[in-house]
Amino acid sequence: MDITRRLFVKSTAIALATAAAGGSLTMLAGCTAAPETTGTSEGNGDTQTYSAVCRFCGCGCGVICEAKDGRLISVTGDPDNQSSKGLNCVKGYYLAKILYGEDRLTKPLIRDDASTKGTPDGLREASWEEALDLVASKLRETWKADKTRLAFWGSGQQPITEGYLTSKLWKAGLRSNNIDPNARLCMASAVVAFMNVFQTDEPAGCYDDIDHADVFVTWGANMAEAHPMLYSRLTARKLNGGNVRHYDLGTIVTRTSASADKTLIFRPGTDLAIANCIANYLVSHNLYDASFVADHCQFKAGTENIGNAYEDDYDATEPGSTVDNVHGITFEEYAERLAPYTFEYTSELSGVPVEDLQELAAVFAEPDTKIMSLWTMGVNQHNRGTWMNHNIYNLHLLTGKIAQPGNGPFSLTGQPTACGTAREVGTFCHRLPADLLVANAQHRRFTEAVWNLPEGYLDEIQKPGFHTVKIFREMSKGNMDFIWSAHNNWAQSMPNLTRFLGYKNEFRGIYDCFIVVNEVYPTLTTEYADVVFPVAMWVEREGQFGNGERRSAVFEKAVDPPGEARWDLWVLMQVARRVLEGETIDGEDAFDRLFGFIWDREADNFNGNDREVNRAIWEEYRTFSNPSLNERAAAINSDADGTFSATLKMEAKQLAPYDEYLTHHGMTWPVREKDGQWLSTRWRFANGPQEEGFDEIGVAQYGTPGKANDLDFYKSGDHKPSVVFRPYEPPAEEPDEEYPFWFCTGRLLEHWHTGTMTRRVPELDRALPEALLDMNPDDCAQLGIADGDMVRVTSRYGSFEIKASIAGRTQPPSGVTFAPFFAEETLVNLAVHEFYCPLSKEPDYKKTCVKIEKV
Amino acid sequence: MGFANIVPIVAAGLLGAHTAWQATRPSNHILRPPGAYDEKDFLSRCIKCGRCIEACPYAVLHVADWTTGLAAGTPTLSARDHACRLCEDLPCIAACPTEALHPLASREDVRMGTAVIDEDLCIAFKGMRCEVCYRSCPLIDRAISIDYRPLEGDAIHSVFAPTVQEDTCTGCGLCVERCVVSEPDVAVRIERKPPGANSS
Repeated sequence: MDITRRLFVKSTAIALATAAAGGSLTMLAGCTAAPETTGTSEGNGDTQTYSAVCRFCGCGCGVICEAKDGRLISVTGDPDNQSSKGLNCVKGYYLAKILYGEDRLTKPLIRDDASTKGTPDGLREASWEEALDLVASKLRETWKADKTRLAFWGSGQQPITEGYLTSKLWKAGLRSNNIDPNARLCMASAVVAFMNVFQTDEPAGCYDDIDHADVFVTWGANMAEAHPMLYSRLTARKLNGGNVRHYDLGTIVTRTSASADKTLIFRPGTDLAIANCIANYLVSHNLYDASFVADHCQFKAGTENIGNAYEDDYDATEPGSTVDNVHGITFEEYAERLAPYTFEYTSELSGVPVEDLQELAAVFAEPDTKIMSLWTMGVNQHNRGTWMNHNIYNLHLLTGKIAQPGNGPFSLTGQPTACGTAREVGTFCHRLPADLLVANAQHRRFTEAVWNLPEGYLDEIQKPGFHTVKIFREMSKGNMDFIWSAHNNWAQSMPNLTRFLGYKNEFRGIYDCFIVVNEVYPTLTTEYADVVFPVAMWVEREGQFGNGERRSAVFEKAVDPPGEARWDLWVLMQVARRVLEGETIDGEDAFDRLFGFIWDREADNFNGNDREVNRAIWEEYRTFSNPSLNERAAAINSDADGTFSATLKMEAKQLAPYDEYLTHHGMTWPVREKDGQWLSTRWRFANGPQEEGFDEIGVAQYGTPGKANDLDFYKSGDHKPSVVFRPYEPPAEEPDEEYPFWFCTGRLLEHWHTGTMTRRVPELDRALPEALLDMNPDDCAQLGIADGDMVRVTSRYGSFEIKASIAGRTQPPSGVTFAPFFAEETLVNLAVHEFYCPLSKEPDYKKTCVKIEKV
Repeated sequence: MGFANIVPIVAAGLLGAHTAWQATRPSNHILRPPGAYDEKDFLSRCIKCGRCIEACPYAVLHVADWTTGLAAGTPTLSARDHACRLCEDLPCIAACPTEALHPLASREDVRMGTAVIDEDLCIAFKGMRCEVCYRSCPLIDRAISIDYRPLEGDAIHSVFAPTVQEDTCTGCGLCVERCVVSEPDVAVRIERKPPGANSS
C-alpha cells in the first residue's frame, strides 16, 4: 500500500479519537509506511502527531502520540519501529491514559510536621519559590556541613539528558558520589559482569538475534510477562523457523514455561551449578570451540567463600574487601575447577533430572546450532548475581556462540532506559559518563576535559560514594540529612521496608532525613517526602530512552504538563542555581560554567525550547563518545603525551548527532558516520558491512579482522574476554523449620513496577486488580489454606498479608511462593530481605525465607 | 379525560406490555449460580428463597430484577461486574434447599455457560500482547489456552490467541470481568447452553 505514515495517521485519526485515548487497532491495517525525514510530523488542522517510545519496559516499543487541544487523544504503535512494528502489549495499548489519572500532582507540596510521615496527610500546597528555596537551602546546608549525608536516588526511567545533567550537578557541581539509580536493584549484577568479562557494558548482540536463533535458553526470565513484545518475537521465530527449540530454566513454572519445549525447575540458587555442569561437559568432552577459545578467551578465577552481605561491616571483612579480585588461570586449571560439577552432583543439588541436564549440555555442544541465552532478574537479583552472569557468558565464550546473528548471551534489561541513562550516562556512585570510573585518573581527566573543568578538579571524588542499599541503610540509622529521588518509588520498591520505613525503633532515620521527591502522582514515597515537586510525565516534555539492545530513541513532547507541574530538568536547574550561588570554578561562576550553555540567567529559564535544550545537552554528552569534538578530551583519549600508557577507545560507544535519532526513530550504538550517513551497529565486535549492522569501523579502528568467527573484542584487555570460574555457593538463607518457604517477587504483564501509573488506568486495574500469593496446591492443602484465603507471610525481617491463589498463573513447586510487587496495599517488600550480591550490591529479591499462616 | 390523566394510564399500559413481553421471553440469557441445569429445570426448582445469595462469600449473586420477567426474584450474577469466584466448597450449592443448584463433586464441574471470545473485538487477535482473559482464568491452560499463530504480514511477531476449551470452561465469567475491551462491547461473553442440555 502506497501511503505515508503521516497520511495514514491522519486517515485513522477519527477512529483513534473514538478509541478513548487507548487502542492501537487501527494501526494494524497492514500498510507499509514510508520513512519520515523529520521526527516532528504536524498534521493538518488541530491534531498533531509525535513519535515516542513506550514509557514502560526495556523492550523499547515505538509509539505515535496524537495530541489535540493540549490533550493526548491517542497513543498507537509506531509501524516504523523495527522491533515492535506497530504493536504493543496491553500496557502500551493504554499508554495515553497514564497521564490522566484523577490525582495528578499539579502544585508543589511541603510537609511542615515530620511526624505526619507515613500517612497520606501532612502535605500542604506551596509556591514553586517557597519549595525550591526550602530544598536548595537544605541541600546547601547539608553539603556545606557534611557531604556524606546527602544523596540523589535516580532511575532507569529517568530520560538520558536529565540523568546526564543530574550526574553533572552531583559529580562536578557538588563533587559528591552519593548518586545511584534504581537500576542498582535490577541491572547492577549484569553491569559488573559485563565489565569483568568484556571491560565494556551492554550486549554485543541485539533483538534481531531472536529472528536467527535455533535455540532459546531463558534463565530466570519470565519474558512472556516482563518482556511481552520480545516474547512475541521469540514465539514468531519458533513458529516460522524449523525446529526452533526453547529451554526455560527457573525456580517456578511461569507463562514463559507454558510455551517452552522443556522447562527445567531448579532449587533456588543452583543455577550457578547448572551452568558449570554444562561447561564441565563441554570442556571434559572436548566439545568447546578450540579455535574461538584460542583467539578470544582468557581464563581467570576469583575469591571464593565470600559469604553474604547483610550489614555494612561486611565490606570491611576479609572476603568483603577482596570480592572483586581475580587472577589468571590456565585452561587446564579452569577445567579442574569445573570437574566436580558432574551431571549426577548437579542433579542432586538442583533437583533437575540428569537427562534434562544432559540434553541441554548436548545442545550447547552442537557446533552449528545458534543459541541465544536470555536472562533478567532471576539471574541479576541473586546473592551471586554477578557470578551467575559470568557463568552464562562462560558457556557462550567456550562455544563461540556470541556476537553473531542468532548467537548471543543477551542480558535483558527491565526498565526503559536502565541502559540509556543509568548505565550509559553512568548515574552510579562509582561511575562517570560513558563507562568511565571515578577511581581511574585518566577517566577523571577525560571527564574534566569534556566538562571544561580544571585538571584535577574531580580528584576529590575518586572514592566511590554510597550505593543504593547503603544510602537507605544509612538513612535508617539517622546518618542521612538529605535525599532527593526522581522516577522511582523507593518506599514500595526497596527491600526490607520494615527497616527502611522506620517500623523498628532503632531504625527511625526516615523521620529525621529531609526527603525530596519528584513525582506525578501521590505514592508511598511521597508519604515520606518533606517536599514534593510536581513534574512532567513522559511526553509532557521531550526526552530520550536507551533500551536493552543499545537503542537510543527520542520521545517528543506532545502536550504540556498539567497545572504548575514542570519539567524535572527545570527543577534541577532551579535548585542547582540556588545551591551553587557564590561558588566558583576557576574564577568563573560555577553554575554558569556547568549549565550556562542551556540557561538564560536574566530570564531564569532555559535559553531555548525543549528540543533545543535537549539537543544542546546531547551534543555535550555525545562528546564523551566523539572525543574528536573536544581537543583536550581527544588528547587524553589517545593518551597523546603518554601519561597513562593506555588509550580510552571512547569511540567504542559512539553516539550520533541528536537529530539523527529523530530521523531514524532510534539507533543502536556505536553509531558510525560513513559517507555522510550515520549507521547503527547491531553486532558489536563482528567484522562485516556497517550498512548491514556489523562493526567494521570499530574493528578497523581498534582491532584485527580475520580472527575466529571474524570477531575482535577490541574493548577487552588483550582483546580477550574473560572466562571466570565462579563456583556454586548457597543462597544467603535457606528454608528451615521456622521459615520453610522460599518467597520470590517479580513483575506481571498488566502492571508496571509499583503500579503508580498502570493502576490509574481503569482497564489495567480491571485486568489485574490485586496482588495474589501464588502457592503450590499441596502446600496449601497441608496448611489448610483454600484458594482465596488471606494469609500472613512472615520472614525474619517483616511480614505482610495477602490472598493465596492456586489458580496457576505462576505454578511454584512445593516449598516456593511468588507474589508481584505492584500493589501498595500488599507491601511484599516489608518481608523481603536486603542481602545483596557482594560484587554488584544488587539485592536478592527472589529468595527470602518465610512462613505462611492462614489469617 | 385530560392529557395529564392519559399519561399514567399509557405508561402503565406500556409497562404491562413490557412485563408481558419479558414474561414470554426465555430467561436463558441471564447467568445462574453454579449447579443450575438448564433454565427450565432451574425455574421449576428455584423457590426464590435467596439462601444462595446469602451464602456467596464474595457477594457476587444478586436477585434478578423485574426486567427479567418471570425470572425476577431468582438468583443471578453479572459477570462483567462480579464474576463467580468458583469457591472450592461451593457454598451456594450447599445452601440451596431444592436442588435448583445441583450438587457437584468439584468446582471444575461447574457449567454456568461457556466463554465465547469475539475475535473482531479482542486485541490479542490483532497481535497485541494482552491475553488478560487467559491469565485470569481459574483453569488456566485448561479452560482457556493460548494458540500461538503467525501474525499475517509481520514475520517477527505472533498472535497469542486466547482459545476457550468448551468442555472445560466453567462459565465462571472471570474472563468477562477482567477483559480490557468495553467499546463497543466486551470482547468475551458467557453463553449458556440451550434449554434441555443438562450440565452434568
